[in-house]
Amino acid sequence: MSFINLANFQWLEATWLGTAVRQSLWLFPVIECIHLLALSLLGGAVLVVDMRLLGIGLKNQPAPELTHKVHPWLIGALLTSIVTGILMFLSEAVKCYYSPPFWYKMTALILATAFALTWRKKVATSDPGRISPLLVKLTAVVSVALWFGVAFSGRWIAFY
Amino acid sequence: MDLHSFFQWLEATGGSVAIRESTMMYPLIETTHVLTLCLFLGLVAMLDLRLIGIGLRGVPVSEVAAKLLPWALFGFVLMSISGALLFYSGPLKAANNIFFRIKLIMILLTGVNALLFHLTIHKRVASWDTDPIPPPRARMAGYLSLVLWSGVVICGRMQAYNWFN
Repeated sequence: MSFINLANFQWLEATWLGTAVRQSLWLFPVIECIHLLALSLLGGAVLVVDMRLLGIGLKNQPAPELTHKVHPWLIGALLTSIVTGILMFLSEAVKCYYSPPFWYKMTALILATAFALTWRKKVATSDPGRISPLLVKLTAVVSVALWFGVAFSGRWIAFY
Repeated sequence: MDLHSFFQWLEATGGSVAIRESTMMYPLIETTHVLTLCLFLGLVAMLDLRLIGIGLRGVPVSEVAAKLLPWALFGFVLMSISGALLFYSGPLKAANNIFFRIKLIMILLTGVNALLFHLTIHKRVASWDTDPIPPPRARMAGYLSLVLWSGVVICGRMQAYNWFN
């Protein structure tokens, strides 16, 4: 992808927003805290449904209803994480450009989001028995693994 | 031996030095600490949202508590262990940090809030189990839990910035 090059990342870091977050003493930590809180909520919203698909947790609830109830929270938490994430990214875009965990995280994030909004949603909201139990469980495992990858590599941006 | 000398001694032990000076161990423990947040706080938040009356409506409160809290507790144990190890890697620095002190007090308060909830209004849960909006006392417990745990997360994150030290 041609737009992914150092010059563009330097430009992003030099934007008004990136500069404002970078130069402020408290802006980055505050954004980071919101990012963490949104991540917790996202984790809860993802886990409640994936646990249900695995047959644990709220197993007495029909999966489709549970998925619909939790969906707004998942979307809200995801959007909050993305907005705060973009703000932090802008403040240190060049560092991110050179950080392998950042690229792992972006890859995992795109895969996890796409998976959550397409296949997993289809599986979780389909009538019970229409999809083989093994495939349902596999869907939950892949979902947890992808989100785990997002959070894990996200934390490592700070280290590498 | 007073607390300060105890922490000094603790900081000099082999294990503490090993975590502090390792390249992989410290980040791995910290990542575990942050990731278990999703398991613990994520599930607790689901119960809190139900208690406030804005999440998981239609699912009985007792069911949310019974099915999700054991997993949250599992997350809490992992968080406590990884948190204890992080503290162990630099006890003096942590103990002298204002955010760490506030964090400990807030964790204590979340415990008091949870205990009061389970000893009072949750005992009568059968009478309001399926209410879309639970009684005020239950809603308050939900709000308090969300606010206090958010405070714990914020203090935990701010601890790393070493302001006011």
